[in-house]
Amino acid sequence: MALSREQLAQRVAKELKDGYYVNLGIGIPTLVANYIPSGMEVMLQSENGLLGMGEFPTEDTIDPDLINAGKQTVTAVKGASFFSSAESFAMIRGGHVDLTVLGAFEVDVNGSIASWMIPGKLIKGMGGAMDLVAGAENIIVTMMHADKYGNSKLLSVCELPLTGYGCIKRVVTDLAFIEIKDGAFHLLERAPGVSVDEIVSKTAGKLIMPEHVPEMTF
Amino acid sequence: MAGLNKVVSSYEEALKGLSNDMTIMVGGFGLCGIPEGLINQMVNMGVKGLTAISNNAGVDDFGLGLLLKHHQIATMIASYVGENATFEQQMLSGELNVILTPQGTLAEKIRAGGAGIPAFFTATGYGTPIADGKETREIKGRHYVLEESLSADFALVRAWKADTMGNLVFRKTAANFNPMMATAGKITVVEAEFIVEPGELDPDHIHTPGIYVNRVIQGSFEKRIEQRTVKAAK
Repeated sequence: MALSREQLAQRVAKELKDGYYVNLGIGIPTLVANYIPSGMEVMLQSENGLLGMGEFPTEDTIDPDLINAGKQTVTAVKGASFFSSAESFAMIRGGHVDLTVLGAFEVDVNGSIASWMIPGKLIKGMGGAMDLVAGAENIIVTMMHADKYGNSKLLSVCELPLTGYGCIKRVVTDLAFIEIKDGAFHLLERAPGVSVDEIVSKTAGKLIMPEHVPEMTF
Repeated sequence: MAGLNKVVSSYEEALKGLSNDMTIMVGGFGLCGIPEGLINQMVNMGVKGLTAISNNAGVDDFGLGLLLKHHQIATMIASYVGENATFEQQMLSGELNVILTPQGTLAEKIRAGGAGIPAFFTATGYGTPIADGKETREIKGRHYVLEESLSADFALVRAWKADTMGNLVFRKTAANFNPMMATAGKITVVEAEFIVEPGELDPDHIHTPGIYVNRVIQGSFEKRIEQRTVKAAK
């Protein structure tokens, strides 16, 4: 079975480490916050100027001056800090954020990512995505392995305009955990019950796999 | 106005000299931390042909969306403009020139503009459409794009507290682009929630020193929320 959005987030959460500063993008990446292992201290960075993002407020603690990068009202945890957008992207560009998780339309075997623009469709802007992929050393992309017609989103060369060139090393899809290195996708794990054949058939770019591909655990 | 007292008493005075075809910076992230009264005053003045630099473009009936609705903006420099139907319409019809800029690059362009740095190299956008036509350089094995700084005729800033000398304190994530913009305007106008006397702000806690600020006005804010998200009360 392909992973649900929640399972995908759960698998990504296994990559968190105690003491990490983490930036979570909009969509599935946001859900990762729900699966931070108990007892682990992780600070969430929101690029609009918040380090230490907490959960959503209650009706009576809502504060219009406190939002996340998705413009949702949030809270700040104990030990949080606020700062300007310039400071925020200094953290990001300067490589101070330990892990960045974000979504994508396509990735390719060279680690390039397309996530912001589909020609012919209305362009809304890249927001902070280009800075995040250029600045972070440790990025996990979460995405569907193929579109609803079965067309692969893991390509030899991205077809859509890029968000970043050669910057992605790990991808978690609804079917597989994949590492990108030496110009190829390397299959590390498969979703429970998903066959290697299915992953092969839905991966357009060069795919290298070991003899035995373990199933993901959560 | 006398000496270092920068407080003005009307919005007319606050934006005196702002005219057609000028470049303006407007603080805020979405609708959070925007100088609401100063935006409304630009609507009242009817200035046109503006180049507006702001992370977003407001919503249809609030924030910078109001200036779009009245066709006052000719060029918009922003990182994300997804929340505004008027914007989409004007962009598609070609009425509005849009320069999409990565958020961190936008913030740094403004910071650099205020700090006298004409341009800087950043890895952001290398190999993407953003780098088209721009100088690139390899430094220590990595590729970078040369990005030029931004400054403005007027920077419109929202602060939480200002003293009469223009020292500023921002509040929570309403800071966002405001601190850099305060440094990058030929004339920087601050709309504050509270104006206090000099000495009332702890000098150690001032985010923006008054040297950057030309005018301060007492604002009143609706503080509209764009995405109201709550959890159930326990």
